[in-house]
Amino acid sequence: MYRYDEHDHALVQDRVTQFRRQVERRIAGEITEEQFRPLRLMNGLYLQLHAYMLRVAIPYGTLDSRQMRKLAYIARRYDKGYGHFTTRQNLQYNWPKLEETPDILAELAEVEMHAIQTSGNCIRNVTSDQYAGAAQDEVEDPRIWCEIARQWSTLHPEFSFLPRKFKIAITGCEQDRAAVKVHDIGMIMKRDAAGEVGFEVIVGGGLGRTPFVGKTIRDFLPKEHFLSYMEAILRVYNQLGRRDNKYKARIKVTLHETGAEEFTRLVNEEWAEIKESTLKLPKEEVDRIAAHFAPPAFRALSGDAPSTDARAASDSAFASWLRHNIADHKATGYSIANISLKPVGEPPGDATAEQMDLMADFADEFSFSELRVTHSQNIVLPHVEREQLPALFDKLAAAGLASANVGLLSDIICCPGLDYCALANARSIPIATQLAERYTQERQEEVGDLQIKISGCINACGHHHVGHIGILGVDRKGEEHYQIQIGGSASENAALGKILGRGFSADQVVDVVDKIIDTYLELREDGEEFIDTYRRLGQVPFKERVYGTA
Amino acid sequence: MATAQIVIASRLADGRVVFLQKGSTTAEPQWAGLIDDAAVAADDPRAAELLAIGEADVAARNLVMDAYLIDVQETGGKLRPTKYREAIRALGPTIREDLGKQAEGAEA
Repeated sequence: MYRYDEHDHALVQDRVTQFRRQVERRIAGEITEEQFRPLRLMNGLYLQLHAYMLRVAIPYGTLDSRQMRKLAYIARRYDKGYGHFTTRQNLQYNWPKLEETPDILAELAEVEMHAIQTSGNCIRNVTSDQYAGAAQDEVEDPRIWCEIARQWSTLHPEFSFLPRKFKIAITGCEQDRAAVKVHDIGMIMKRDAAGEVGFEVIVGGGLGRTPFVGKTIRDFLPKEHFLSYMEAILRVYNQLGRRDNKYKARIKVTLHETGAEEFTRLVNEEWAEIKESTLKLPKEEVDRIAAHFAPPAFRALSGDAPSTDARAASDSAFASWLRHNIADHKATGYSIANISLKPVGEPPGDATAEQMDLMADFADEFSFSELRVTHSQNIVLPHVEREQLPALFDKLAAAGLASANVGLLSDIICCPGLDYCALANARSIPIATQLAERYTQERQEEVGDLQIKISGCINACGHHHVGHIGILGVDRKGEEHYQIQIGGSASENAALGKILGRGFSADQVVDVVDKIIDTYLELREDGEEFIDTYRRLGQVPFKERVYGTA
Repeated sequence: MATAQIVIASRLADGRVVFLQKGSTTAEPQWAGLIDDAAVAADDPRAAELLAIGEADVAARNLVMDAYLIDVQETGGKLRPTKYREAIRALGPTIREDLGKQAEGAEA
C-alpha cells in the first residue's frame, strides 16, 4: 500500500501544528465559534448531538495493521473505547475533547493518517472497491488511481471551496461493490476493443434529498487523461454549480439542469484546453504510484484446501461463514475474508478498541498485515490462504466477529441517526438492531441476498435510496416516523427505490419489512433474489400486502 | 398555560450538553451537566431572561456555545424535554445506556 513521502509527511505535520494553534486560539477566546467552525470542519471535527465527532479519513478504505492499532489506541486513550466505520470507508469517533483533538491528529500523522477533507465543500476521501487488489474479476487495481486522485485533490487550491461537497469512487471490476453510480464522479476501469485499460466516466450520481443515478459522459477515457478529464469536470461544475441554493448545489443538479449532452460538451471543451498540460500523467509517475500497490508475496499454492473443506462438511456455522463472508481471490489458494461488524443487537459499523486490535492481529497473522473498510461498514482481510480459514474463523468467533451475514438482511447499512447525529430527524440504529434480532440465521439464509439500508434523515448517509429495502426516518408532528421504499440497488445495475406509500411508526417498521419479505418468499421463482423478483413484479404485490390495497 | 422551558447549550471544551443551572444570574451564570439541575422558566418572559443570561455567558466567558431554549415538562419530579431529539440529547444515545448523561446519573 501507499507510503507517505516527505511531502505527505510535511503536509500532515504542518496541518497538525496549524490546527493546534487554531484550537488554542478558540479556547483562549481569540476567535469565535463562527470563525472557528470552518477551521475545525476542515479537520473533520463536527459538533454533534452529545459531543464533538472526529471523522478520520481512511483513503479508499485501505489500511494496515499498524494504522488499525492506532485507531484502537485513539479510541481507548482519547474516546470511549470504540469507533464507528462509516458508509464512506472512514472512521468516526463520537466523544473527542476539543483540546485533545490536535493530539489525536498528531497520533494519526504518526501512522500516515489524517482527517483532512472529511468535511466541507471540497473533494472528499476517494472511495473504492474493498476487494481492490484481490478481486478475481478485476481489470486493474483501482487503488493506484485512487491514490493519484488523492494526491491531486489534497488541498487543491481551485477545488477547496466548491459549490458543495464532492465524492469520487473508482472500481476496477464490472461487479460494482463501490456504488460508483451514486457518486459525483464514478469511474469503472475497463478495456477497450484494443485491450487497453481505461475508465468509463460517470457523473452526477448521488443520494440525499435529490437522488440520481449518474450518467456516463465518456465511455472510455485513456489512463493518461485521468486527471485532466477530472479537472475539466470539476472546472465546469465549479463554474456552473448553484452557489445560491445549498440544496441544488451538488453536481447531480448541475448535470440535470444543464443536460447531460450540454454538460459533456462543456467538459470536453474545457478538457481540450488542458488535456496536453502537466495534468497528462507520465507513465513513470503512474508506475511509481503503482509500485506501492504491488501484490504481496503470495505463496504458490495448489488451490486445494482439505482442512477447510473437511471443516465445512462437519461444521454448519463454519460452512455458513464460508458461504457468506468469503469471496474468491485472484491468487490461487487465497480467499478474501469479510469480517462482519453487524453482530445481532449491536450498532452496525461499530467496533471496540479491543476488536480493532484483534483485527490488526488477524491481519498480521493471516493477510500480509492488510485490512480494508467497506462502504457497507464491514472490514475485509483481503489475502487469506484458503487453508487458513478455519483458524481465522475460530479466532474471529472468540472475538465475537464471526457473524456469517455478509450480504444477508442483517448486514444493514445504517447511519448513526438521531442517537448521535445533529442533522438526523429520527433514530436509525434501533430499527437496524430490531430487524437483525427478528430473523434467525436460517431465516436469513432462506431469504438470501437482501440489502436493507437505513437513514435517519434525507441526507441519506445510510444509502436508503439504493437499498433493496430502504428505510428513511422522518419527523412527523414530533414523532419518529419511517418511510419505506423498495427496489433500489447500488450495484452495477444501480436503481433508486420507490416509496411504497404512507409511512409507519417505529413500532410498526419491522412488521412491515417482514410483510415485504414474506411477499417476496411467496412470489419468487427458483433462484430469484429479492431485487429480481421486485423487478419482475413491480411494487403492486408488495404494496397490496403492506397496505391491503395497491 | 405556557410550556416550561430551560436553556440548553454545548460545552466548548468537549462539546458535552449542559443546562443553565438553577440560581443562575447574569452576574453569576452556571451550567449543569444534568437536566434536573436546570433553571426552569414557567413563562415566556422568564424564558427570555434565562436565554439572555445564557447567551451573555456564551459571549462573556467562552465556556459554552449554541445556547437555546427547549420545552420541558415535569414528570414524577423529573424534568424531561417534550421533543424526542432534545430528550436524546439530555440523556444520551438510546442504544448505548453506558454513554452520555444517562451514564452520569440522568434518569429516563
